[in-house]
Amino acid sequence: MAYLELQNLHRDFGTVKALDGIEIELGEGEFLSLLGPSGCGKTTALRLVAGFDRPDAGAIVVDGKNLTNVAPNKRDMGMVFQAYSLFPNMTARQNVEYGLRIRGKDRADRRKRVSDLLELVGLGHAADRYPHQLSGGMQQRVALARALAIEPRVLLLDEPLSALDAKVRVQLREEIRRIQLDLGITTLYVTHDQEEALSVSDHVAVMYGGRIEQMGSPAEMYSAPATPFVAEFIGTMNRLEGTVVDGGVEHAGTTLRIEAAQERPRGERVLVLVRPETVEVGPANGGSGVNTLVGNVVTQTFLGPVTRLKILGEGVDVIADVPTQKALSLPVGTRVAAVLPAEGARLLVLKEDLPQIPEEPASASR
Amino acid sequence: MRSGRRRLSFAWIATLPFFAYTILFLFLPAASVLIGAFQNDKSGYSLSNIRTLFHHPYIDAYEGSIKLSLVTAAIGGIAGLFIAYAALREGTPKWIRSTLTTFSGVAANFGGIPLAFAFIASLGPLGVLTLFFKNQLHFDITAHGFSLFSMTGIGLAYMYFQLPLMILVIAPAIDGVRKEWREASANLGASQFQFWRYVGIPVLMPSILGAIILLFGNAFAAYATAYGINSGANLITIFIGAYYSGNVLNNPHLAQAMAFGMFVVLAVMMIVYIPLQRRAARWAK
Ligand SMILES: Nc1ncnc2c1ncn2[C@@H]1O[C@H](COP(=O)(O)OP(=O)(O)OP(=O)(O)O)[C@@H](O)[C@H]1O
Ligand SMILES: [Mg+2]
Repeated sequence: MAYLELQNLHRDFGTVKALDGIEIELGEGEFLSLLGPSGCGKTTALRLVAGFDRPDAGAIVVDGKNLTNVAPNKRDMGMVFQAYSLFPNMTARQNVEYGLRIRGKDRADRRKRVSDLLELVGLGHAADRYPHQLSGGMQQRVALARALAIEPRVLLLDEPLSALDAKVRVQLREEIRRIQLDLGITTLYVTHDQEEALSVSDHVAVMYGGRIEQMGSPAEMYSAPATPFVAEFIGTMNRLEGTVVDGGVEHAGTTLRIEAAQERPRGERVLVLVRPETVEVGPANGGSGVNTLVGNVVTQTFLGPVTRLKILGEGVDVIADVPTQKALSLPVGTRVAAVLPAEGARLLVLKEDLPQIPEEPASASR
Repeated sequence: MRSGRRRLSFAWIATLPFFAYTILFLFLPAASVLIGAFQNDKSGYSLSNIRTLFHHPYIDAYEGSIKLSLVTAAIGGIAGLFIAYAALREGTPKWIRSTLTTFSGVAANFGGIPLAFAFIASLGPLGVLTLFFKNQLHFDITAHGFSLFSMTGIGLAYMYFQLPLMILVIAPAIDGVRKEWREASANLGASQFQFWRYVGIPVLMPSILGAIILLFGNAFAAYATAYGINSGANLITIFIGAYYSGNVLNNPHLAQAMAFGMFVVLAVMMIVYIPLQRRAARWAK
């Protein structure tokens, strides 16, 4: 049975439908990421669960109890905010102790628990520092310890790493996951960083415009995106528009043999989704083989073990990731043949206009 | 190198008017007060003026000034804090906030004879409010012990600028109380009261103390409002005014000693204030 349920949540701000029917069921001890572009309603959903805001319709149920109308200070939820949420007049230790003090816990127990938690987040040595004496990453560790101190029923994190620099971000997200698994605490994690979501979650829910576009395991989300939006948002994806014809999909004057096209009616408008790492690239040598698109390399982006090539030709616009060693022999300007896989490419039916993917939001925008 | 030096000397020249002004109208008068306080009529040095301050009526005038300043600073400070918080908190319409800050900006600088006149016209023995209470509500404030000419009356008039000054000074600090702190506190199980008790007030305390000392100084040095309401009020500034203008007794050295006494009172206030402030702000940078 689900431990945390968000049932058909609706929340409007004036004419903005911040949440438009959110349904989530999460088992006890599971980690779910809410992933989506800026303004899609992630924070709104989390605030409803924490009780800082009330839904216009729908319910929040934890362990069979309906909490929708319970005050935030009676919910036993642990929340970690984006930044600057530590009480500035208290040391790290006092911050972590706050919830226990409010609950009237015995002094000796309190000290023990606070010390344990500070150790858990690797800050035993900084217990007596004030927040302004801690780095951003350390502050977020304290905030995590503070949220965990009260043994919350659910842990809520709203982009807790977005104000940190890249290296600390990766390190801390792994630590959050380790601690979450250790304690077996049910966790809702909000982020707009797909890599972050895929790397630490049991489940990922991609949101767009106040709705959940798709929910599944990180592997499912990556390999089987259900909508063009998810396809674009998770990882990098080639999206080739085409028409189903006998034996494949017609795109840029070429018939692509795509297995998935065989079940589709002829004439249907579809999107062929191809991951860049599945595209084979080699020098173009006259005759065009199966599933081959020809164009020129226009940019090379070094990504470490692979290099990303952008290939433009007549009606052709493809991104391919090739081993960096191989990319050296395909400098910008080279005429190349890009071979798409017959298997593994997915088809999506083009029903409506594709939603636009917004740019990455500025880090601190809320 | 050369041009750097030339620019530097130009910067110095540009500040000269400011320094000249400060020396002429701040340091010189202060020095003359300081020296004059320890002189007698025969231009010899003596402590007799200072000694006189500890006797009736001077010591009473200091007491009156200190009490009036403390009471109006404390009441104005606390009431101003609550009003500012009520106006600035989330959920209060924007226009209330902007109206209040604009009004406070004006009112905090409204004082002296015009303010005295406004109070006499409204709360004096024949003021419109006094008469309104008497005739319409059948409540005679005079018979119930209120007199605008008393210390209470003057204090009430002082509230007119003390309260807005508090609002102006404390508003930025209240804006600095982050929503995240309130939410984190609630999230950890605390009530509103507990939040203010453990987080809100401690965080604001350095600003509150600073604002209250400012209000104290503001009231302590005020002269014209009190003079306009009651030129015989038992306040040290009124005594000094009377002596300087010479219509009671022309003894400038005693007046200088009284002014020196005011410096001392303010210095003592600062000596009390600084450690309190340091304690309240020990968690800050
Ligand atoms: N208090 C509010 N008043 C009015 N509109 C709001 C309020 N809170 C959120 N919104 C609107 O609701 C929508 C969803 O906002 P929300 O903060 O949930 O987005 P988000 O997914 O968390 O975005 P971000 O990644 O930028 O934090 C946005 O269009 C936002 O402008
Ligand atoms: Mg957000």
